[in-house]
Amino acid sequence: MLGPAVLWAYPALAHVQQGEAAGFVTGLLHPVSGLDHVLAMVAVGLWGAQLGSPAIWLLPVCFPIVMAFGGMLGLMGVHLPGIEIGIAASGILLGAAVMVEFRPPLAVAAALVAFFAIFHGHAHGTELPPGQSALLYSMGFVLATGCLHAAGIGIGEVRRGPGGRSLLRAAGAVVAVGGTIFLWRALS
Amino acid sequence: MTGRCGRSPAFPGLVAAALATLTSPATARAHLNSTGMGPLYDGVLHFVLSPEDLLPVLGLALLAGLRGGAQSRRVLFVLPVAWLLGGLAGTAAPATGGSPFVSAAWFLLLGGLVAADARVPQGVTVGLAVVLGLSHGWLNGSGMGDFWPAVGALAGLTASVFIVVALGSAPVVSLRAHWARIAVRVAGSWVAASGLLLLGWAARLR
Repeated sequence: MLGPAVLWAYPALAHVQQGEAAGFVTGLLHPVSGLDHVLAMVAVGLWGAQLGSPAIWLLPVCFPIVMAFGGMLGLMGVHLPGIEIGIAASGILLGAAVMVEFRPPLAVAAALVAFFAIFHGHAHGTELPPGQSALLYSMGFVLATGCLHAAGIGIGEVRRGPGGRSLLRAAGAVVAVGGTIFLWRALS
Repeated sequence: MTGRCGRSPAFPGLVAAALATLTSPATARAHLNSTGMGPLYDGVLHFVLSPEDLLPVLGLALLAGLRGGAQSRRVLFVLPVAWLLGGLAGTAAPATGGSPFVSAAWFLLLGGLVAADARVPQGVTVGLAVVLGLSHGWLNGSGMGDFWPAVGALAGLTASVFIVVALGSAPVVSLRAHWARIAVRVAGSWVAASGLLLLGWAARLR
């Protein structure tokens, strides 16, 4: 009995593409694994909700594309100075914008968000573990970032309730404080 | 008649036959996309598991849906037919690997058009469906080997393309709420963003 059991030949499932699924999951988890990225992404959603239409949809459309452009620059080896400082500054400025209910023209808001998106994409879009699918990693990364924006917009809708505006401004203050801590760590 | 131990004289032969059966190598299923249910389902599974095929089809479906029922109906039939024709032509060609640069270009083009809610004329949408179907069908068909199993796999692929276009465009055609159409555009921006990152990876890994 032992002989046949040991010698039993199983099908050789030779190419199971193990890295493929891992690439998507890694990309999906990567944006939520760094608090600096999470704070800034949620702040984009908060600010969009605070500014209302059309910023509420323009900022989340604008950010992933420009972030991916930053990631592409990083992948092509284009050096960008002060990446960590830029990411921390995005938390401070976006959080402060929500805190003081800053309402610039739409083009200025979009340009500000796009500017910081480059830093986030450059830092996080290029961190693919070896052996995993670059395409699926990219898809997961973009999807998770978009979901963080949606979460920010969802939180931002508290502005419609009683005391909601104050709560939203307080959330902006939390983001700004978090950004300040990250800036301190980046500079020290 | 039995032997010393009460066993049949044919027993060693039976053992040898059993061992030969048990130790004979089973089929080496070399590709994940083999469902074991035949080439039709292999084709379906290949399409579902290939984002470089799936995403452009979804992008074109969303674009056609944003442009209305007439464009959606044309893409619904033109794209699968072009995919099938390209695949049949591709079976005569040696295996050809797709370029990540081309995939990235499709992501950027179709995702960008959806994100911008571009008012493209019907001829352009149908033209995109023809080029996308022929080129991706060719790539699919070129690696399939024997003709008749390839026809089965291409039938599965074509059916999958039809279903994805139907499921992607029909709900978008019926969208009336402003925010819902914006959600579709956000999805387009994600496709374009994935294309930009893929372009960077392709340049880096080249």
